[in-house]
Formats: sequence, structure tokens, C-alpha cells
Amino acid sequence: MYQRKLGKQIAILLVLIVFWCSIQMMISTGMLNPYYELNLILMCINIILAVSLNLINGFNGQFSIGHAGFMAVGAYGAAIITLKAQLPFPVALLFGALLAGVFGILVGLPTLRLRGDYLAIATLGFGEIIRGLIVNIDYIGGAYGLSGIPKLANWTWVFWLTVLTVVVIANFVNSTHGRATISIRENEIAAEAMGINTTKYKVMAFTIGSLFAGLAGGLHAHYFYTIQPGTFNFLKSFDILVMVVLGGQGSITGSIIAAVGLTIISAALQKLAALRLVIYALLLIIVMIFRPQGLMGTKEFSFKMFTRKSKDKEGKQRGTAIGQ
Amino acid sequence: MEVFIQQLINGISLGSIYALIALGYTMVYGIVKLINFAHGDIYMVGAYLGFFAIAILGWPFLPSLLLAMVVCSMLGMIIEKLAYKPLRNSPRITALITAIGVSLFLEYSMMLIVKPEVRSFPPVLTDVQYKLFGSVVVSSRQLIILVVTLALMMLLQYIVHKTMIGKAMRAVSHDKQAAQLMGINVDNTISFTFAIGSALAAAAGVLVGIYYNAINPLMGIMPGLKAFVAAVLGGIGIIPGAMTGGFLLGIVEAMVSGYGKSLYRDPVAFVILIIILIVKPAGLFGKNVREKV
Repeated sequence: MYQRKLGKQIAILLVLIVFWCSIQMMISTGMLNPYYELNLILMCINIILAVSLNLINGFNGQFSIGHAGFMAVGAYGAAIITLKAQLPFPVALLFGALLAGVFGILVGLPTLRLRGDYLAIATLGFGEIIRGLIVNIDYIGGAYGLSGIPKLANWTWVFWLTVLTVVVIANFVNSTHGRATISIRENEIAAEAMGINTTKYKVMAFTIGSLFAGLAGGLHAHYFYTIQPGTFNFLKSFDILVMVVLGGQGSITGSIIAAVGLTIISAALQKLAALRLVIYALLLIIVMIFRPQGLMGTKEFSFKMFTRKSKDKEGKQRGTAIGQ
Repeated sequence: MEVFIQQLINGISLGSIYALIALGYTMVYGIVKLINFAHGDIYMVGAYLGFFAIAILGWPFLPSLLLAMVVCSMLGMIIEKLAYKPLRNSPRITALITAIGVSLFLEYSMMLIVKPEVRSFPPVLTDVQYKLFGSVVVSSRQLIILVVTLALMMLLQYIVHKTMIGKAMRAVSHDKQAAQLMGINVDNTISFTFAIGSALAAAAGVLVGIYYNAINPLMGIMPGLKAFVAAVLGGIGIIPGAMTGGFLLGIVEAMVSGYGKSLYRDPVAFVILIIILIVKPAGLFGKNVREKV
């Protein structure tokens, strides 16, 4: 069993390396034009954002709509390190992510006592407060934003950090801590009664989620040279939320599929920005009315999915036979 | 002292607009427990309808206000029927996400229709400045805003407390199932609540157009969120609470701008929200209710 799992992991790693190599080659030989490269990078950043928000919204059941705020913290934190302190890029990314994580703790501790829509409003408020503070700090450019950030993020950095994010969050979800986190989503009061320290796990999920949002922010800042407080507004949070909801709250692969799909849609509708958001909004309303669990629900995509159905049927039949 | 009084006056007129929007939030929340994110956008639609009536049809102020209110109340009912009614028995988060979707839908379809640029509202009311004492100024527009707001609030109080439909609203908000057993048509009552709330938001939209002279398709986001803060401040679901919250928030905001910190205006509103949510989640007028298992 263990060997089979290891084999599978090596196979996945090989596929990822081949994918990375082929794209890298296409970029360096100029076969892939910069527009496609930009969208690939955006796709990866969106995957990081969607998966990290899914940890909070999907796996922990704490409805947060201020994710862009943490992304902003990470972006500004990382940009300050390379631009003002002239330190290397990995230090900047680490600093941005950790700063966002610290903000995650600061925001999470007081607000996570709130439930449901009150929590949603509080996180929305925090996202706006963070943006409001950034606008008022002249050191980081105020309302005009920060420009001239060195372009240090490239395909290699973005791709492998996306892989890292998915691996860390998937492993977290499957760990003991992850199970405690999921139990809070299912029923907070019951989880508390079973001896789970709900505050601890809620803050933990919230912090990890905001940490990776900060990482995505750092990558964003170092790919696009310039960041403005307006980039990280409520609409950005909403974009990430649509990805999570559409993919399925509680499904990492669902978030990845939705992030990739929606990035493609928005690239195709780039010239019609207003129409894109009308479509997003309709998509969200229709999904909520007809398939509230999203594309994947809480299931993960795997190739077993296609074969498992027949097995399930067998199992059920056997079950009834024993029952009789 | 003069700055203080001047900002108090500005704050009251700004606050009365927040209060009008907050009333719709609080009534809808009181009856279906839904944060109707689209409410701020109905206010925006109201402003555009007012603009349409005044600038294109050439109507005077009052008929334009009425037109905006009537059309928006229908819009509110349609939104409720199409988007929220199918979700009445689903988890609250589902309805919240839908509301965010409706909000964006209104904003960006409006942007497709009227183009994103800012439009200047025609000067339908002549503006007269009254000097009180010293350099404190009250404009006739501010007075009209206050008068219209107070009239609408009194009308609302009358509807909620003296009419049959108001009684039904209070009953449904208290206990939906029991109300149904007593023969109240819950669906109609909810529809009516959305209609009234949307009409009030539309009135606020027209008033803002007159006050600030400028409207754009995204103008609903911030006032919508702030009106929500006002509703939470007063205690969501409580009508006098929403009025008080709206006026308080307007005054605080005017003070912050008046003392030269206008860039901190928006964060301050949200700081108030967070403090209220943490210290007294039921709001100033609310009572704490224990959650049952």
C-alpha cells in the first residue's frame, strides 16, 4: 500500500516536471507569446489564492470575504523588502507571506468568535480597513501605489510555489489537524463537545490561508512591477470567492479547476470587462440556485472517480444481501 | 466649535441617506435573515432612474422621486422572486453568496447599459445657502434631504405599526411558521418588505444625486456597505436602530472629514463595525440571544 502511494507520488512529480520543462522551453524559445505566459502566471496565482481561501471557507466553514486584503499585505510586504531593503527575492516572498500570516492571526483571533454572515461582514470590513490603511501610508506610495518593483517572479518560481501551496494545504487537510478543522465545518458545537479546541483550529486555518494569500500577493507584485491599493479591493476578493464556490467548497482539485477555467474565461473576455463580471455574477447566482455545492462538492478529482461508481453499487447490493 | 456644528449639519444630511438605505437592510434581515448585498445597488439604480426622469424626461423633483421609488420597488420584488425565493430553505451562506452575485450583476449590467463614466446630475432644485451664525451654512438641499427622509421614516413607522401588512411583517419577522399557521401569506409579506426597502433605497439614491451632483454605476458599493454598518450598529432587524445607526455613522464620517482626515473616512466606518461586532454583536438597541443547539 505504502509503495503504491509512493509510486503515485513519483508519477505526479514526473508529470509536473515534464509540464514545467515543456512550458519553460516554450517560453525561452519564444514559442509561447508573452500574453499566454502572463495568463499562465495569473492562473497559478489564482490557484494559490483559491486553494488558500478554500481552506478557510471550504474546509473550516468560516465564511471569509476579505482575502484580497491579505494578498495586499503580502504584496506590499514583499515589495518593500526587494524595493526598499534590497534583499533577495526568496526573503521578500517569505516576509510577505509571514506578514500576511501575522495579520491573519490578528484578524482571526477577535473575529472568529463570530458566526456565518457576521464573520463574512467582519472579514469584508478588515479587507477594506487594510486597503484604507495602505492608501494612507505615504512610505508605500499611498493611493498611487508602488511601482518599479523588480520583476523577479518568473514561470519557475510561480509554478513551483503553486505546487508547494497545493501540497502543503492538501497535506494539512489530510492530517489530524485538518480533520479537526473539517469537524468544525460540520458542526462547531459538536466538535467543541468532542474536545476539539475550536478557536485554535479556526485561527490555524485562517492563518495558513492568509499566509498563502500573502505569498500570492508577493508573486503578483514581483510579476507586474507595480501594485495599487485599488487592485486589492472587494472585487478581487469576490473573484477568488467565485473560484472557491464554483469549484466546490471543500475540494482542492475543484478550486484548481475553477481557477484555471475562470482565468481562461476572463482572458477571453478581457476587452469586455463589464460583460465578464455580468457573466461571473450570473454564473454565481445560477450555481447557487441549481448546484450550491459547486462543481466538485467536497469530493476530490481523481481517476478513480470514474471507476468507483460501479464498486459503490456492488457494495450497496452486498449490504442489502447481508441485511436480508 | 464652528467646524463642529458645520460638520454636525453635514453629518446629519449624509446620515439621513445612510439611514434610508439601512432601513431596507434591516427590514429584509429582520424578515428573511439575509444580508441583501444587492441593496446598495438598488440605491444606484434609483439614482439613475432619478437622473433619467429629471434629465431626459424633464420631470420635476417629486414625480422623479416617485418614479424611482416605484420602479425600484418592483425591481426589489423581482430580485426576491428570481434569486432569493428558490433559496429560502438553503443554508444562509448560500443566500449570502447569491446576494453578492446579484449585487455584481446589477452593477455591471448597469455599466453595460449606461457606460461606466460619471454623470452629473441636473440641478433640479435651486440651491440656497442659509447663514446661521458665524460661518455655519445650511443649504436648502440639505434641508430638503432631511425633510424627505423624515417624511419617509414617519410613513414607514405608520405602515409597520398601524396597517395590516405592517402587522403581518412584524409577525413574520417574529416567527415565520407561526405566522403562516395564523393565515398570513408569508411570500407576499416578504415581497412587500423587499418592495418597501427598495423604494427607500431608491429615494436615497435620488437624494444623493441631488446632494453630490454625480452618479456612476459603482456608486452603490461603499454607501451600501456603510448602510449595512449602520444597520449593524443600531442592531440589525430593529427599525429605530437603523435610523440611529445611520445618523450616527453619517455624523462620525463628517467629523472625520471635517477635521482633515478625509482619507480615513472609509476605514473608520469599518473599524466601528468591527468594534460593534466584537463588543456588542446585537447592536446598540439589540438584546443578546443565546444560540440554541
